[in-house]
Amino acid sequence: MATLKINGKSVTVDVEDDTPLLWVLREQVGLTGAKYGCGIAQCGTCTIHVDGSPVRSCVYPVGALSGEEEITTIEGLSEDASHPVQQAWAELDIPQCGYCQPGMIMAVAGMLNDNPNPTDEDIDAEITNICRCGTLARVRKGIKLAVEKA
Amino acid sequence: MTKASLLSRRGFIVGTGATGLTIGILASCAPSGTEADAPDYSDLPPNDEVNAWVHIDHDDTVTVRIARSEMGQGTLTGLAQLVAEELDCDWDKVTTEYPTPGENLRRERVWRDYSTGGSQGIRGSQDYVREGAAAAKAMLIEAAANEWGVPASECTSENSVITHGSSGRTATYGSVAGAASKLAPPLEVTLKDPADWKIIGQAKKRLDTADKLTGKQVYGADIQMDGMLNAAIKQAPKIGASLASFDASAVESMPGVKKVVAVKNPFGEGNNAVAVIADHWWQANKALEALPIEWQGGVDFSTAEFEAELDEGLTAEEAFVGNGGGDLAAAFGAADRMVEATYNMPLQNHACMEPMNTTALYTEDGCEIWCPTQNGEAALAAVSEASGLPIEQCEVHKIHLGGGFGRRGMPDYVHQSVMLAMEIPGTPVKMLWSREESMMHGFFHPTTKARVRGSLDADGNLTGLHLRISGQSILAALIPQALQNGVDYATFQGLLPSGVDPRLEDQTLKYSFDNFLVDHAMRNPPVRPGFWRGVNLNQNAIYLECFMDELAHAAGRDPLEFRLAHLSDSPLAAAVLQAVADKSGWGSDDGKARGLCVMYGFGAYVAACAEVTVDDDGALSIDRIVAATDPGYAVNPQQIEAQVEGSFVYGLSAMLYGEITYEGGEVQERNFDTYNSMRIADMPEVETIIMPSGGFWGGVGEPTIAVAAPAVLNAIYAATGKRVRQLPIKDQDLRNA
Repeated sequence: MATLKINGKSVTVDVEDDTPLLWVLREQVGLTGAKYGCGIAQCGTCTIHVDGSPVRSCVYPVGALSGEEEITTIEGLSEDASHPVQQAWAELDIPQCGYCQPGMIMAVAGMLNDNPNPTDEDIDAEITNICRCGTLARVRKGIKLAVEKA
Repeated sequence: MTKASLLSRRGFIVGTGATGLTIGILASCAPSGTEADAPDYSDLPPNDEVNAWVHIDHDDTVTVRIARSEMGQGTLTGLAQLVAEELDCDWDKVTTEYPTPGENLRRERVWRDYSTGGSQGIRGSQDYVREGAAAAKAMLIEAAANEWGVPASECTSENSVITHGSSGRTATYGSVAGAASKLAPPLEVTLKDPADWKIIGQAKKRLDTADKLTGKQVYGADIQMDGMLNAAIKQAPKIGASLASFDASAVESMPGVKKVVAVKNPFGEGNNAVAVIADHWWQANKALEALPIEWQGGVDFSTAEFEAELDEGLTAEEAFVGNGGGDLAAAFGAADRMVEATYNMPLQNHACMEPMNTTALYTEDGCEIWCPTQNGEAALAAVSEASGLPIEQCEVHKIHLGGGFGRRGMPDYVHQSVMLAMEIPGTPVKMLWSREESMMHGFFHPTTKARVRGSLDADGNLTGLHLRISGQSILAALIPQALQNGVDYATFQGLLPSGVDPRLEDQTLKYSFDNFLVDHAMRNPPVRPGFWRGVNLNQNAIYLECFMDELAHAAGRDPLEFRLAHLSDSPLAAAVLQAVADKSGWGSDDGKARGLCVMYGFGAYVAACAEVTVDDDGALSIDRIVAATDPGYAVNPQQIEAQVEGSFVYGLSAMLYGEITYEGGEVQERNFDTYNSMRIADMPEVETIIMPSGGFWGGVGEPTIAVAAPAVLNAIYAATGKRVRQLPIKDQDLRNA
């Protein structure tokens, strides 16, 4: 049993402690925006925020949370897709299949929380999500546009 | 048109919890811009469809039926543009839906082909899709004309409004759509002159972006239904192995576990997998990891050992001829100089971001699935075959794909999901493969090698060329009936003569050579191959275009000039090549290391120029890509740009990292830690030149993959003097030769 703060709401779930946060969100809470891609923190499709910082939820056991942390998923990033990253993504029509994009958007939004004006080197170091459709060139443009919009 | 679903009372819940959103079975999105003071049509009965392609509501919302699958390539939006163009409708009121494969069957395949591959989505259906829209428009105009008692020929249409010329009367599409639906379709229609297109050719935004920014977009892996159970599956790790035994008692008491079952091999005898069905997938997977399983049999295949077989094929006496002409022996005999090189293409995994999955429900009355598939009709056939039910009692609900790239045209995972649902009739079961299962049990890009030889005369002219491919045939494994006297002509994609096969007319060689031979020594490993985005064009471009570069340098000639000398019969190929050369600064003395590639495939002319640097430690930086594509007609330029950009990620990921190896019959690369994919730090800016010359319909999603690797490999040579002929580059030493 665990009580979590997810997107500003208190949620109680009945799970084993070693269950990764990703599967708690997807299967117990019903928030399927964060995706399963690899299960070993390689691809980043499962990225969410814990207290504003990007976290790969597929390897984050729910038992490691105290319950005090603010968990934010793509569903809670904004009410109406108005976050600057979402706006930039819409303007540049970035998603292709879109499966990796919730994780990509959360990774970028998390980076901008800590570093509102990242250099190209910062982007290279911090955004390591995989996108097999190949939106990477537009993602870099999107990050720069999001910085302008913030 | 919506068939009553077996689940109609159960409800189909997606993204419950925070949003509690319930959506219909047909994936459709509401049109934007609903106004608060919009007229209320709730008293009117809903309009019937105008025809199979178009439904129009009273409020002018146009729903376009899309038969092909959307997997990121933008076909959904492009097809809707084709319809909106011929329909003369308001683009802002367009939405889309997928008619089910079962509905297609019941309506005598009115939407024709559902298969989504070969870059055919738009070019393979543009004619009948546009004709369908033009017919709908004619019916709408006729309905308005009938109402006014005027000849239809006096009426015009624009932006979802019909106008009678002399009286100036107008009618919206929504107001006449009901009457139009009762009219007989016109016997013939005239499609617009491309010069009059207003929607085709425009850089419209995708219709499916909004939900992809908020987590609302539902993929197969996201499906939730009342009472649904989840299954994790483990297939025999070794090629050809089968299930000997498993000890269900070891895991039956684990949390959530409902059932542990053997799963039949979809393509052979016996069981070759085990699945755990549980309340939640995480529970199922955890129990599966703990389950004692014994496998038996299988093939001790090793890719390292298979190299010898590939090498033997490079010089074997017998080989299938794909193309050729002139007198190669005489040319080689008279050579001033011979050039020779050997290249390879390893096995590659599609590595779709969304692992394989399907949700199935089996009852006494029928079987239906919710499935991300590139081929809805093949999936429907698989449901019938696996369930043993007549196809009329089966149904497939297509879900947006989290990547396809050719992998999701195969029905193996559909079979499995149906067999699992049959274990618990009346309960929907979602089967999701782990990433490891998806890595190990792919239909891999075939592996081949090539030995290429060329003769130069004393003036540096190419007098003879022999391109010998040795290795795996996709058709021999998957569609043996498509072989022609044993020959897999698809092996020669991009290298074929005209006239060999009408289906391969879009894969011909555009260079002119006097004396040449392209042949194939088929050497098939016991690994199942698949159609992998770009298919055989990928390695054939490496074999031909890296070698053209080697020849040019050996001859002391400029690689651009050398290529153009053999492209005089194909001005369109020459044009894309010249375009990338011009834009990239080819030939300038700025010290940049550049490489070129030009290819024709999937009916489109494509070229690339790459700029790279290699530092003193051998670290490669791909600095800039200039790409050009001539697909004949460009339906949506910004989506073509997106496909071109994405093609470099897919093609260069393969070049840099892509390699599936087998030891002891088992795949060694099981996740993204050992099967890497390009990250943003590796990714250059791509400058895309779209140069549609008109008069033909070429593909977009695949052709550019082929030019990615050769352009970069040729640029690496320009930077270092070193030829990389062994892929992937991964850990190779790129320091200056």
